Amino acid sequence: MNVEQAQTRKERRDAMLDGLSASIPYIRFLDVEFTRMGDELTGRLNYSEKLIGNPMIPALHGGVVSAFLEITAQTQLTWDLIWPKLEEGGEAEATLLRGEFPRTPKTINLTIDYLRSGRPRDAYARAIVQKAGRRVANVRVEAWQDSRDRPIAAAHGNFLMPGESK
Amino acid sequence: MTRIHEDGYEMKAVPHSLQLGMRSHKVDPARAIISVAYQENLVGDPETGVIHGGVVTTVLDNACGLAAMTHPDLKGMVATLDLRIDYMRAAKPGMTLWTSCECYRLTRSVAFCRGVAYDEDEGDPIATATGAFMITAAKTKFKH
Repeated sequence: MNVEQAQTRKERRDAMLDGLSASIPYIRFLDVEFTRMGDELTGRLNYSEKLIGNPMIPALHGGVVSAFLEITAQTQLTWDLIWPKLEEGGEAEATLLRGEFPRTPKTINLTIDYLRSGRPRDAYARAIVQKAGRRVANVRVEAWQDSRDRPIAAAHGNFLMPGESK
Repeated sequence: MTRIHEDGYEMKAVPHSLQLGMRSHKVDPARAIISVAYQENLVGDPETGVIHGGVVTTVLDNACGLAAMTHPDLKGMVATLDLRIDYMRAAKPGMTLWTSCECYRLTRSVAFCRGVAYDEDEGDPIATATGAFMITAAKTKFKH
C-alpha cells in the first residue's frame, strides 16, 4: 500500500465512523461526535444551552451525561464489531461502505456515578470493553471535561450483542 | 393509565427538559410523573423507530430527582449521586413515554428514589430505575 492509498483508507474509515453516528437521530439530537485513534474512540458532546439541566449552577442535565456515556459505550462496541471487517477488506468491508452497519448493542443495564457537575462546555468520553462476550459485553465508560483525571461521571453496563451480520 | 400527555405542565425552568418536551403531571408529594411524547429525532434505532435508551434514562433521572424535590421533609436541593437503569424491553414506537417515580426514603443527606418507565401499562415496564440523590444547600422555593 502506498502513501496515497493509506491516506484514502484512513479518510474512508473516518467517514464511516461519522456515518455511523449520523445514522442515529438521537445522536444527532444531542450532537455527539466521535474521533478515533486506530480502533479507540473518543466521544465529544458538543455543548449547547439546550443540554442544561440546572440553570442555577449552571450544569449539564444528568440524563444527558448518562445518555452520552451510553452512546459512547454502544458506539465503541459497534466499532469493535466493524473493525475486523475493515481489516479483512473485500465484501465484508464493502457492506459497511454501503452504510449497512451492525445493529446497535442493546443496553441491559447501566449504572452511572455522577462525580462532578457537568459544566456548560464540551464533554468527552471513552469506553473500555472489559469483556466482549458473544452474547453480552461489559463496558466501563468515563466522561470528563477539562481534565482527563477529573471525570464528571463514570458508568458501567451490560449490553446484549446483535446477532451475526445483522 | 387514563392520564393524557397534554394534562401536564411544561418544565420551563429546565432547558433540556423543555427541549425534550417533558411534561410534569400533578401527583402527591415525594412522587413524580413525567411524560414525553414520541418524536422522531429521539429515535435510537432507525430500523424500528424505537426511541433511544438515553431518553428513557434522562426522563427517569429527572422524575426521580423531582420526586425527591417534592418530598415534604426535604430541606435543600438535590443532586444525582448515582442511578441504575435496567431495560426490560424496547419502548413502543409512536407512543408517549411515561415515568413514575417516588422518593421512598429521605435521610439527612441522601434521598433514595425508584421508578419505572412505561408506555401503556405501568405493570409492563420499559425500564426501572433506582437512584440515590445527595441533599445539597438551602432549598429555593420549588413548585411542582
